Amino acid sequence: MLPPNSIELADLAAGWRSAYVHIPFCRRRCPYCDFAVVAPGDPHTDDLADLTTRYLAALHTEIDMQPAWKPLDAVNLGGGTPSSIGAAAIGEVVEHLDSRYGITLGAEVSIEANPEDLSEELVEGLRAAGVNRVSIGVQSFDDDVLRFLGRAHTSQEAAAALEMCVPYFACGVDLIFGAPGESLNSWRSTVATALAAFPQHLSAYALTVETGTELWRAVRRGAAAPDPDDQADKYELLQAAAGAANLVQYEVSNYARPGFSCRYNLSTWGQGEYLGFGLGAHGHRAGVRSRNVRGVLAYVKAVESGDLPEAGRERPADPEMERLMLGVRRSCGVDLGRWEETATGHAGLQRLAAAGVIEIDRGRLRVLRPLLADDVAATVLSLSQ
Amino acid sequence: MTEPARIRNFCIIAHIDHGKSTLADRLLEATGAIDARNMRAQVLDTMDLERERGITIKANSVSIRYTPPGGQEHLLNLIDTPGHVDFSYEVSRSLAACEGALLLVDASQGIEAQTLANAYLAIESGLEIIPVINKIDLPAADPVRVAKELAGILGGSPDDIIAVSAKTGAGIAEMLDAIVEKLPPPEGDPEAPLRALVFDSYYDTYRGVVCHVRVVDGELETGDELRFMATSMLADADEIGVHLPASRAVKKLHNGEVGFLITGIKEIDLIRVGDTVTSAANGAERALPGYNEPKPMVYSGIFPIDGDDFERLRDALERLRLNDSSLMYRAETSRALGFGFRVGFLGLLHMEIVRERLEREYDLDLVTTAPSVQYEASTSDGRILKVSSPQDLPDRAVLESIAEPFVKVMIITPSEYVGTVMELVQQRRGEMGEMTYLSPTRVELHYQLPLGEIVYDFFDQLKSRTKGYASMDYEPAGYRTSDLVRVDILLNDVAVDAFSTIVHRDKAYSYGRQMATRLRALIPRQLFDVPVQAAIGGRIIARETIKAKRKDVTAKCYGGDITRKRKLLERQKEGKKRMKMVGAVEVPQEAFVSALRIDE
Repeated sequence: MLPPNSIELADLAAGWRSAYVHIPFCRRRCPYCDFAVVAPGDPHTDDLADLTTRYLAALHTEIDMQPAWKPLDAVNLGGGTPSSIGAAAIGEVVEHLDSRYGITLGAEVSIEANPEDLSEELVEGLRAAGVNRVSIGVQSFDDDVLRFLGRAHTSQEAAAALEMCVPYFACGVDLIFGAPGESLNSWRSTVATALAAFPQHLSAYALTVETGTELWRAVRRGAAAPDPDDQADKYELLQAAAGAANLVQYEVSNYARPGFSCRYNLSTWGQGEYLGFGLGAHGHRAGVRSRNVRGVLAYVKAVESGDLPEAGRERPADPEMERLMLGVRRSCGVDLGRWEETATGHAGLQRLAAAGVIEIDRGRLRVLRPLLADDVAATVLSLSQ
Repeated sequence: MTEPARIRNFCIIAHIDHGKSTLADRLLEATGAIDARNMRAQVLDTMDLERERGITIKANSVSIRYTPPGGQEHLLNLIDTPGHVDFSYEVSRSLAACEGALLLVDASQGIEAQTLANAYLAIESGLEIIPVINKIDLPAADPVRVAKELAGILGGSPDDIIAVSAKTGAGIAEMLDAIVEKLPPPEGDPEAPLRALVFDSYYDTYRGVVCHVRVVDGELETGDELRFMATSMLADADEIGVHLPASRAVKKLHNGEVGFLITGIKEIDLIRVGDTVTSAANGAERALPGYNEPKPMVYSGIFPIDGDDFERLRDALERLRLNDSSLMYRAETSRALGFGFRVGFLGLLHMEIVRERLEREYDLDLVTTAPSVQYEASTSDGRILKVSSPQDLPDRAVLESIAEPFVKVMIITPSEYVGTVMELVQQRRGEMGEMTYLSPTRVELHYQLPLGEIVYDFFDQLKSRTKGYASMDYEPAGYRTSDLVRVDILLNDVAVDAFSTIVHRDKAYSYGRQMATRLRALIPRQLFDVPVQAAIGGRIIARETIKAKRKDVTAKCYGGDITRKRKLLERQKEGKKRMKMVGAVEVPQEAFVSALRIDE
């Protein structure tokens, strides 16, 4: 079994084919979230049940509209809150993808789920639907932090959800750290509780202030913003704790036990190909990156009138830049390629190597302090080639 | 030809905004030299910058025909003078071309320091002065008080002072008559070998260097073979003419007359303001007195923000120099700022004007280092080195002492601000000299100050402390040895030459602290701790630390959205390209500009 942070696994992942399916519906809109989401109170949500039905119908139509392809190695249902539409609807989507493209033996079939949705019944339904991986939106085990983040669940519900899922799925815990007001101790105990549940996978994202969100407006009005140094402290705390719990860090924000790294994610960072279905979904095929419209009515209407719901597509002028930018996020690093010669003698990079930020070995760049990955990437990309 | 007895050569001495150019316009109009229809404001000020700032940088001249009531026609040659202290040499040459001067003073403001300095200069040069009070039409005008003040300075009775309004034309006729009656005609020997004073020159793309000359002795004729006495340059008088104000060619200029001379010389350097023109054969033996090489007082490094603009900057400086032989520059390399020039200026205004013209007329984005002066460094082997760039200061091992230029400063201020002005001068290591009350409410103060202390922001401070009422003038007063040190600023142990400065030891600490604090705030956090230090020699006198950046990564590439992340990173990458590398530290160009900005 290949370790999650091995070059071999990363290379393998670049050849996987995936499908991303976007389920935009949420019980409420979290104040920090800028994803393509439909929540009660949004425009066109007077009859949410009807909108959901129309949306799912359009989703199935879009699956039929896109050209045939090879069998899928990974299917990822994200959102929004995919768990909110119920196991039956999820099963229909998975089955449709299987009949249209095929799903390979041992493929990852993954879904994002919120604790408040998870019940014995849903777990049973997801297993029957062929789902083998569940990523649970725990975010925190501190109820004050959960309230700040505007979540609909409590820490108790989160713990119960984990307990239900760990035995049956490749189970991932998703956490958010560094919210204003979250103490280092609070985070330490969130991490400890998460690790004690013995998940196979852990993702932890620093809270960011995205333009246009409620959090962004609050910060503009003078509310406390997340502090990068505080977030760095918490990041390092998690790195140490996860390592001690035998979870291997394989990307900036992701940890897994061997055999349980997320295929869909690994494929994305390896410039793998994927289909994107649903609102705001992105696809990457044959060197072309495409994106769907973000308005739910626009999406439904486009599909209903027989058009692809695309908002745009482009062929990146410099795929090598993408390869480097995505590759540096991985613990296994990335080959410097055409930057190798200038990077090797570059004073700034040598200084970073001396400071333990990066390592360059036989043309391969590894960022040893992943929180600085973007700066490293920008430095390499700004070198002459 | 006009016989010398019917010629009057005069200039107007005035402070900025006291109405000199408007008065000149009115003279041209009143004498019919220009009719009102063709009048455009401020005929004499030809450079855009002059019109905008209301100042005269290049001297100009215009000849006016005027017949006083019941008299004969006279030729009035108005020779324009620069009004600013930076150009005092140019002023002295313009004065040397005149027999008289109108001393023009704003009726609401009274006389200003520069005007007074130039008036003294005119009196010393033997010029006859006609005091004129302008802007009497203004509601705030107080001609009686100003007349008393002028009479107090110049002698004579307040009642004899002419009051005019250049705006309405009131008093202009009286003033014209005074010019004819009170100013002496030019003297000079018509039979002697030619001697003509070059009181200004400018470069014309088509005609080469155009000189403004005042013939003192003999006559200047088209086709004459000429010699410029300071440079020994030989040239032919290709064209001679007068400005009426439109230029008109003439065959000859006689003693006492003013006009222009074109010789086909293309390099401005070969024709110096203050030089004497004589005949190549049987010329005058002695040049007219007063010629000086232009000497820069203030120096500054000028660097293009974009290194690729270096050649454009060189071209631009070359072009400016075509018209401004006082502009001195040499190439300079800064580790921090790249390739640029160390430029010498006559003063702060000159510096500001040059920089503004470079940016505006040549569309260059520039970083200008803090202005400094020329020091004299004595070394242990007995040599004296001129140091106009802190980098050039000899090593401490051989450096014996440093001398700095001093200036005599005259400040005129309303008496209520005397306290605050004294305080300012003391902060700047000034020594108090005389103090004279021009009137019960206005005081003339004299000081000796190190020039280095006034090139920084002295004038701005003076203006803000006196709510804009004080005016000042200065002149060189030799070199003195002072306890000066060079303060270096080190970024991550690498000295940033652009921030090195020579200051008095007592001020080294505050400069060092100020720069270290500023830079800590201006330089973004790097991937490692960056010490910012100020040092004298090897000794650290101030230290700040830019803490290492710990987080710079996008949390998540959501839903496979690679495009957005790529765009963010491209922006970050472009940002890095605009950074200047100082050792391993990335410094944004704006940080240099902001750190060097003069404000406290």
